[in-house]
Amino acid sequence: MPTDKPLLVVENLCVSFRTEGGVVPAVSGVSFSLERREIIGVVGESGSGKSQTLLAILGLISSPNAVVTGSVRFLGQELLGLKRRALDAVRGRQIAMIFQDPMTALTPVHTIGNQIIEQIRAHESVSRTAARKRAVDLLDAVGLPSPDSAVDRYPHQLSGGMRQRAVIAMALSCNPALLIADEPTTALDVTVQAQILELIARLRDGFGSAVILVTHDLGVVAEVADRVLVMYAGRVVEEGGKGQLFREPLHPYAWGLFGSIPPMHGPRPARLTAIPGSPPKLSQMPQGCAFGPRCTFRHEACAAQPSLGGAGGHRSACFLPQDGRQDLRRTLAARAVPA
Amino acid sequence: MTETRPKPLVRTSDLSKHYPVGRSPFQRRIVHAVEQISLDIFPGETLGIVGESGCGKSTLGRCLVRLTEITSGSLEFGGRDITKASQRQLRPIRRQMQMVFQDPAASLNPRRRVGDLLADPFRVHEKLSRSEMADRVEDLLVRVELLPEHAQRFPHEFSGGQRQRIGIARALALRPRLIVADEPVSALDVSIQAQIINLLADLRDEFNLTYVFIAHDLSVVRQFSSRVAVMYMGSIVETGPVDAVFSAPRHHYTIALRSAVPVPDVDNRPAQRIMLKGDLPSPLDPPSGCRFHTRCVAATSVCRHERPVLSLVDKDHFVACHHPRRG
Repeated sequence: MPTDKPLLVVENLCVSFRTEGGVVPAVSGVSFSLERREIIGVVGESGSGKSQTLLAILGLISSPNAVVTGSVRFLGQELLGLKRRALDAVRGRQIAMIFQDPMTALTPVHTIGNQIIEQIRAHESVSRTAARKRAVDLLDAVGLPSPDSAVDRYPHQLSGGMRQRAVIAMALSCNPALLIADEPTTALDVTVQAQILELIARLRDGFGSAVILVTHDLGVVAEVADRVLVMYAGRVVEEGGKGQLFREPLHPYAWGLFGSIPPMHGPRPARLTAIPGSPPKLSQMPQGCAFGPRCTFRHEACAAQPSLGGAGGHRSACFLPQDGRQDLRRTLAARAVPA
Repeated sequence: MTETRPKPLVRTSDLSKHYPVGRSPFQRRIVHAVEQISLDIFPGETLGIVGESGCGKSTLGRCLVRLTEITSGSLEFGGRDITKASQRQLRPIRRQMQMVFQDPAASLNPRRRVGDLLADPFRVHEKLSRSEMADRVEDLLVRVELLPEHAQRFPHEFSGGQRQRIGIARALALRPRLIVADEPVSALDVSIQAQIINLLADLRDEFNLTYVFIAHDLSVVRQFSSRVAVMYMGSIVETGPVDAVFSAPRHHYTIALRSAVPVPDVDNRPAQRIMLKGDLPSPLDPPSGCRFHTRCVAATSVCRHERPVLSLVDKDHFVACHHPRRG
């Protein structure tokens, strides 16, 4: 298999749900690609479609009322529409997923060792003893103290951070080329979060995995990601390298997000430049740019749907002229926008 | 404490809260959720309380407004000892101290209209006519940037941020002097979080409120508080002005906590991160001496045997540590 091709190519992915009130779009035309060993951060608020995007990639949207269209190619193979059995050869083995709550992936009635062994033996024909040895090694690799005895513990005997480590160990058990992590540290305390983030960043070196990290926390993204997608109301509104996006964000929504986070350094602003209003309901999506109703810079052009555009891998979906955007951003930051 | 200062609004001395756990009396053990906390809260200040889950910050907050019985120590409000005050005695004081909770949905009765919910405090504490009550409710809604017609709606018709505004309006109804806010923004999206923080700050200036602001998010506490107390396993390990504690922390736990916060900035990265070893010890079996010694980089034998007390290291800056970092 050629290694210069992207690991994952998502093209025009759309997820919508049929409801009593008509078809509701959750994800609209999301496209991105991921290289091997790349860590991509997907940020957005609740309802931005970030989790649905992940579930669609893995074929995990099971609702009979869901309509998933577009294309998801993993190592050249189309995943959308793949039969369950063919999908199972990829999921868990080449693509692994971890969730916010580690207990969604762990059963309380088996030891974590047995659960990891089961996972390994489901995908590879190895003996129980060999699988157990690998489970201990994995628990050691993710930093679980005394892995020899931890392997025989039940999930309830571990703390939240330790459980998340066990789940990561399970996800890594088949050396996946891609790890998808949905808010993996949101339920954890900051000191534990720091440990888990360090672990995720190390995966690339230790296991050669690429990672899609979904989070609402821009700080977490700044910590581990190489590239960032910002999602709003089911669409990618900005995409760029971490440095580009954090130094010179292009989309007014991204400006609002940065302005909403109280700084940890330097002087404290008298007020935060919050974004007025709240995200649109998926069933009542505004015409044109979905961020329009909350945007300070809304103008006539915004009645149409903007598409992603820009140069040097840094793209945004906004009609504002490319030149002078940073000046606009500074005016916004200088003004104390009432909430 | 300098003498020019006003009298504290709230004063606790050696306040402790213990919970028994275990099913049978033979298995019963005691969790020391809050241990011997002595704290002065002055009128007009905002005291931030930070710490990780299980450190006792919420229990302390509930003790401060007497939502839970105090095991030992004393609590004064406005110069009056209310540690053992009965519910009846507390009633006139209750209207001066209010609480805002993390999950506004859980603190609003889903079967009652918002206008009704907001009128409750007036029914209990004030004798008002129907129209006066309606006027007051309308004022409250407008003050938290909602619309008067929202009074007719039910809580589920609102978004999370709007529900928190309702929770704040209800706390504000009787013009309290003290508001204890327990994680008021942590369930909200960042952009909404900023709106609520701005609103709470405006109300503070307008009504001259004193806040106790409990949160696990350090950047939010830094933005909103004037003074901060850091808790670890039921005790305050460091307290002082926000800028001092955040820019020059002295306790090794604060230092680690501070450095663990991911910063949304690619150019201003912290020089090095201090990783804490291991997990929080079980509160049923807390370490001897300094509770933090099992995870502390500077721990020596004295830390294992002797419990450090809060002592002054700088102006208004107190640290409970045998080996505080030098300022």
